Amino acid sequence: MAEVRAEMVANVWKIVAAEGDSVNEGDTLVILESMKMEIPVLAEDAGVLSSIKVSEGDVIQEGDLIAIIE
Amino acid sequence: MFESVLVANRGEIARRIVRTVRSMGLRAIVVHSEADSDLPFVREADEAFLLGGSAPAHSYLDTARVLEACRLTGAQAVHPGYGFLAENAVFAQAVMDAGLVWIGPSPSAIERLGDKINARNLMERAGVPVAAGTREPVTVLAQALEAAAGIGYPVMVKAAAGGGGIGMGVARDEAGLAKAFETASRAAERFGGGGGPAILLERYIERARHVEVQILGLADGTVLALGERDCSVQRRHQKVVEETPSPGITPELRERMLAAAVRAGEAVGYRGAGTVECLVDAAAQDFVFLEMNTRLQVEHPVTELVTGIDLVEQQLLIAAGEPVSFPVAPGGQAVAPVGHAIELRVYAEDPKRFFPGPGKIDVWEEPAGPGIRLDSGYVVGNTVTPFYDPLMAKLCVHGADRAEALSRARAAVAAFRVEGPKNNLPFCAELLDDAEFVSGDYDTGLVTRMRS
Repeated sequence: MAEVRAEMVANVWKIVAAEGDSVNEGDTLVILESMKMEIPVLAEDAGVLSSIKVSEGDVIQEGDLIAIIE
Repeated sequence: MFESVLVANRGEIARRIVRTVRSMGLRAIVVHSEADSDLPFVREADEAFLLGGSAPAHSYLDTARVLEACRLTGAQAVHPGYGFLAENAVFAQAVMDAGLVWIGPSPSAIERLGDKINARNLMERAGVPVAAGTREPVTVLAQALEAAAGIGYPVMVKAAAGGGGIGMGVARDEAGLAKAFETASRAAERFGGGGGPAILLERYIERARHVEVQILGLADGTVLALGERDCSVQRRHQKVVEETPSPGITPELRERMLAAAVRAGEAVGYRGAGTVECLVDAAAQDFVFLEMNTRLQVEHPVTELVTGIDLVEQQLLIAAGEPVSFPVAPGGQAVAPVGHAIELRVYAEDPKRFFPGPGKIDVWEEPAGPGIRLDSGYVVGNTVTPFYDPLMAKLCVHGADRAEALSRARAAVAAFRVEGPKNNLPFCAELLDDAEFVSGDYDTGLVTRMRS
């Protein structure tokens, strides 16, 4: 199981993947926006995206859990 | 002269405009979002008006709400700063229709120059050199592919509207173009203020310098050129460090660029402060027009340091129909610049990958000393939020020559302590010791080379 966590304070701009999707390493899961920059959050492992813990429009803090890949 | 100015902006630029407005004996009114309530620009104004929530759409970009603020505070003039509503012709017109003074060029000049395609065509007709590129807006990929085939790769792909380098990209082949086109289209829709995607393709010049000319259109119609700024230190096509004079152009090229910038301003009857951005091929000592910014530029302080002219003061005087505060010789010659100035943008971002790093400011110790000017938007205890751009402060230095400016910049960066948000001061220190930068012989690829 791999946890995907936020590297910075950001707004969740777009959820790209869906729970239950099979993802490969490097796939974009969600796109964050911080300071007028779009920051894609990528899968660091291949697996099944078992849950997405954020919603579009959320403000997330550094270290917050974004998704879990199993 | 009007008696009050509403500053429709935030952070360092709002604070800097407030300073000049108040020094002229006028009342400074600011508008702000919830996230910015504790920032210095709010506290230092004579009056502050809360616009709304933190997202720009609910605050600084909410034109109806800003106009309401003007009405409720009794503001007589509006200074838009840069970004946000600064190049919004509809807003400028609405300000004027409300009986207020708009501190900026006419809405028609903003509209004609704000669209990069239109501006290019206009400049070409005025005899200002432009790069090979599209003369009509490109809206679908098929058109882009066809145009690129005609122009020849590599091409620069950008949104016709909006600024700040957001969404710009270089395409070296058809696959790259598809990707760059998608990025630019998305940026056009998100940051361009609506109107659908219109894309511009231009021949990309390798190893170019980005050099811009500050112009000032006076109330009597005279257009002055106040020297150039070299803005070739960029990451993600956004400026990080600027200097004047440019170490990469000869006096002969400078003279041609300044003359072209004056022609550009005259072609649209330009009033107020504006910037003609150019790309310079240093090897060939030649240049092409890039775009015109119809507003005060972030990096205007370097011009102020070498000319001794307060550009915001001139903007206010021109908007009021009055003469500028410095002598203008017949024929439009302005003052000769003195010494060398450098601006380092202190961003809330990590110094390696330049990713955003907002946060609460725990330590903020500003450098001070001869030749140092700091335009900052924050003080200790403030929080840099993710809602706006990452610019925290502009560290500017002035020296008798480039060597002295560099040495003052190194000392100032070393003395500047920021803790809390991530910041690029370590990058600034690295740059000031980088052999290529120090030599003066650098181009817009410098930062990428430093990080590869």
